[in-house]
Amino acid sequence: MFNFTVETKKTAADEDEKLFDFIALGGGPAGLNGALYARRKGLRTAVLSYDLGGQIKNTTAVDNYLGFESIDAGKLIDSYVAHLKSLDIPLFTAVRVVAVEKRGDLFLLSLENGRILRTRTLLAALGGSPRKLDVPGENALSGKGVSYCATCDAPFFKDRRVVVAGGGNSAVEAAMDLAKWATHVIIIHRSRFRADQTLLDKLGRIGNIEVRLETQILEILGTDAVAAVRIRDKKTAEESVFPTDGVFIEIGTIPNVSLFQNLVKLNDRNEIVVDGLQQTSLEGLFAAGDITDQPYRQIIIAAAEGAKAAMSASIYLNKKGL
Amino acid sequence: MPQLLPVEVAEQIRDILAGMRDPVTLVLFTDGACETCVETEQLLKEMSALNDKIRLVVKDSKQDLDDVRRYDIRRIPGFVVLDKDLRDRGVRFSGIPAGHEINSFLAALMELSGGAPAAFAPDVLERIGKVTKPVDIKVFVTLSCPHCPGAVQTAHLLAMNNANIRGEMIEAQTFQDMSRVYKVSGVPKIVINDKYELLGDQPVEKFLDMIEKI
Repeated sequence: MFNFTVETKKTAADEDEKLFDFIALGGGPAGLNGALYARRKGLRTAVLSYDLGGQIKNTTAVDNYLGFESIDAGKLIDSYVAHLKSLDIPLFTAVRVVAVEKRGDLFLLSLENGRILRTRTLLAALGGSPRKLDVPGENALSGKGVSYCATCDAPFFKDRRVVVAGGGNSAVEAAMDLAKWATHVIIIHRSRFRADQTLLDKLGRIGNIEVRLETQILEILGTDAVAAVRIRDKKTAEESVFPTDGVFIEIGTIPNVSLFQNLVKLNDRNEIVVDGLQQTSLEGLFAAGDITDQPYRQIIIAAAEGAKAAMSASIYLNKKGL
Repeated sequence: MPQLLPVEVAEQIRDILAGMRDPVTLVLFTDGACETCVETEQLLKEMSALNDKIRLVVKDSKQDLDDVRRYDIRRIPGFVVLDKDLRDRGVRFSGIPAGHEINSFLAALMELSGGAPAAFAPDVLERIGKVTKPVDIKVFVTLSCPHCPGAVQTAHLLAMNNANIRGEMIEAQTFQDMSRVYKVSGVPKIVINDKYELLGDQPVEKFLDMIEKI
């Protein structure tokens, strides 16, 4: 009835004397799969992440992961964690990392609780945070009708009208979640849909979702709460004001690179540049998943990149004789 | 009512609670009829059955007025978590901590029983120790919000570390009127002394930046 989702037991790193071969910084599919592969290679491995699951936590079900027609997102995370635990990989989840530095051949990770972890190789797999629309009204009305988490905030829009901004899988899934609460959901997207056809087929069967493509949101209007969006139909160039009680923004992510800003080469979109082996510009630092410059934000791709990074890290350590 | 915690979830929780060191006491206030009162009481009963270090005391919010006053209970269903010395450490839950929120409930149990690792660095603890004015932290949540338990846990940890601070989880759907008054449409929403607001699972330093303005 209440759909309990129990997270794994929180453990803080208290072994700061121990030196790791490989630490996965991030608890999404990239970091967890990286840790899995590194451990199987025999590396002294740990996962360091404030929580586990990454952006999978923001969704209800996953329909495009090979082997599962549809799996509850919480169950998928549980199965990842159980897999890592079966290999006794430490999962440090109780604390945040506040700084990363490289000293000699070692990476030092400073934690919120004052501890410092040391590792020979590091996987940057911190994923992304919701990208903003960057229109007037958005910041001022954030938390006042502007939301970046449909699963979190949908209940506040019971029997109300909401707009979803975006045209990818996340936007369509958010609209379908919201349609269970709101009277009317309107997806507004500046170009054509990028979402999977299978999702669009499902969307088409839901009566209270309307779609407006080739339409741009120019401004979010309201004082204490969202009242409307000002939109422009790109085909006719006509502007209009469209009343709504909420705006859910699902237009992708921006990479969480703040810990690596001065360590590693980033591209103009602030993503960590990696080569085909997931190596970054800094020796011993690998990156995988949504934090990197690869364009496709998918669970299976993030997981695969984590695996590649771990294998590359293993070869790097061998070559170094470490 | 059927069991609220599915068997496999109960086993997961039992495994986590095995790390408890000292006993804790849950004091639940209910009138037996309010929205989610019955479910909350049942959840607390099921949780206390999973580890004998958890003691549950159920109070009638209309009869046990001395206790309502003692623990400053403002909403029902609501409960307080007391430490091994039956001390009130400022930890409050208003509404049922089900769904994702089971995690902040588990965290509070582990923290107050001494079974959790140190969460804050010494400099953060020093900042918390310096708070001398009364601080009331309300954290509005929904049960489907994966980011909410972290914010609730931070509020509770602040409360546990300073007797002047009270940290309260408020389940926004059960307390809809209150959520409207506080204009909650996104969670976790953190309201400090009814004056300062934060949105999202913010680090403890952000809480302290607000608290230090009081």
